[in-house]
Amino acid sequence: MDFGPHLFLAVLEGTVTAAVLALTALGLSLVFGVMRVVNVAHGEFFMLGAVLAWWFASLVSGSPALGFLLALALSPLVVGAVALLCERTVLRRVNYDPEATIVATIGLLYIVQQLALTFYGPDARPVPAPVSFRIQFPWFGYSGYKLVVIAASAALIFAAWLVLTRTRLGLVMRATQYDRETAQAFGIPVDRVYAMVFAIGAMLAAVAAVLIVPIQQAHYLMGHDPLLLSFIVVIIGGLGSIPGTVAAAVVVGLSDGIVSVFFSPTLAKILATLLVALVLVVRPQGLFGGAPR
Amino acid sequence: MKRLRLASPAQPYAWLADRGVLLHVGVLVALFLAQLALSDYAILSLARVMVLAVYAVGYNILFGYAGLLSLGHAMLFAAGLYGAGLSAAHLGLGAPAAFLAGIAAGFVVAAAFGLIALRTSGVAFMIVTLMFAQAGYLTSLYFADYTRGDEGFVLKGEIRRAVLPGGLSFDLANPVVRYNLALSLLAVCLIGCLALVRSPIGRVLVAIRENEDRTRMLGYDTEANKLLAFVISGTIAAASGAAYALLFAYVGATFASIQYSILPLLWVLLGGAGTVLGPLVGTLLMFYLVDVTSGHTSAYMLVVGVALLVLVVWFPKGLLGTLRERVAPWLP
Repeated sequence: MDFGPHLFLAVLEGTVTAAVLALTALGLSLVFGVMRVVNVAHGEFFMLGAVLAWWFASLVSGSPALGFLLALALSPLVVGAVALLCERTVLRRVNYDPEATIVATIGLLYIVQQLALTFYGPDARPVPAPVSFRIQFPWFGYSGYKLVVIAASAALIFAAWLVLTRTRLGLVMRATQYDRETAQAFGIPVDRVYAMVFAIGAMLAAVAAVLIVPIQQAHYLMGHDPLLLSFIVVIIGGLGSIPGTVAAAVVVGLSDGIVSVFFSPTLAKILATLLVALVLVVRPQGLFGGAPR
Repeated sequence: MKRLRLASPAQPYAWLADRGVLLHVGVLVALFLAQLALSDYAILSLARVMVLAVYAVGYNILFGYAGLLSLGHAMLFAAGLYGAGLSAAHLGLGAPAAFLAGIAAGFVVAAAFGLIALRTSGVAFMIVTLMFAQAGYLTSLYFADYTRGDEGFVLKGEIRRAVLPGGLSFDLANPVVRYNLALSLLAVCLIGCLALVRSPIGRVLVAIRENEDRTRMLGYDTEANKLLAFVISGTIAAASGAAYALLFAYVGATFASIQYSILPLLWVLLGGAGTVLGPLVGTLLMFYLVDVTSGHTSAYMLVVGVALLVLVVWFPKGLLGTLRERVAPWLP
């Protein structure tokens, strides 16, 4: 293949990565923005979403589309319920102290991972894609489902943006993010907003996982990479800034796709992690974030 | 920098009446006597626990006393591990020289890592240390020609015999020798840590943990003190890594992974952050807890996870921290 088509393929692959990454990172960013806590178990909610998707899809024999739709509807709900339970029983008890929350979510990470290993096993299992058409470019054929993933992610992110900026729910969430005490003084149930935001954040990760699972199989260790990449995206985009998160996801996803096609993936990851650490050292508010309040 | 005045003891043997010192010496003597009663297998696993406890002691200086939560100490442990292991395997250094090479590597990495990471604070510090350690882990995978990546390599042959300059020689394959070398390292680090936290520097570190702005306002150079704590903590972690490589003869990338950054945090939290003996107690308990449960179930990660949650929610001060609060306020 020539350089041009090769680059085009890399861009396509990068866009798929970016789309799913944006959804996952949006969840992490929302939780950080509103609750000011870092959820280290975010990758495990992603993994849980994928594993549950396999389970729900395997319940339905016959048409793969029906199984996939069932997974898409139910898996995020279950993950959201699990996250809600974690928030109520653990995070609320440590009073959202940033350091205690990190340690507690590391604990959750181990527990969720071990339960997945025990009940789901160490194998990677695929979920059949709901659609199976291929798009034939002049140089190569490309899976139509990957384009569906891009479109679905874009639609979901747009919906999340609408909810945040155009609804009462979003207003309440933004008020809590802006100033917790004042929000409480104005009668906003901050406690319930926190619980809801944590659940929604986990559900976004689960939706992203359900979308990716026909491309990349479900495995109990699959949460590591999305967690690391989401961290990178959220930091570059500015902790808690949603447009910044989406922009950063596109940059990171595309460059990850392109660099991995042309260079060693390990080297690419080393450079990306170092770069992000340095961004955080020089500009703690992120490249796109405003000045800290 | 202003310095607190050291209270000079009235008599030269005043430390004999010091409960804190006596307790630590007692624990070390008990560990020394333990080898007489234990089987070879138990001696080896206790030697492993002591080497790892040194790692936790180093971690505790930064986390327990200076109040800086690092999620990247595996990089410093691995710096010692690879510094010793690679120089022994590829440069043909003997065991004592390789041990020093490991410590030197840890010192250099800790100084460079600390200079950069300490420009941030709070959550950003945790993420920066996590990121650097991840980059370090990936680097050890990238240079798989030398490190053999995840698979790791085994030290064998001449390196299993440590020859000191005086002509004294130790057989590093012998469990009793390994046990006593590990105990000596632990003793040096534990007593060093006790001396450090009772020194003016230790007081300044605690002051930084409690209120950094006020400490700065009182005229202390908080940045320099934090860097000092980071370098001491990192060098001890590297000493533990180097000892691990030489005593147990295995060097692998697993020791650079995130898991090995989380473990010292867990041990210190369990034993009690900001207590000198806490790291040893935490490592000991956690090691045998995992050891016993893995006899019954393979779900050791569940044990680790549940332990973390229980500690954070109900015992944020750990075992010795709770003990100090309720029963023994003199505990150092």
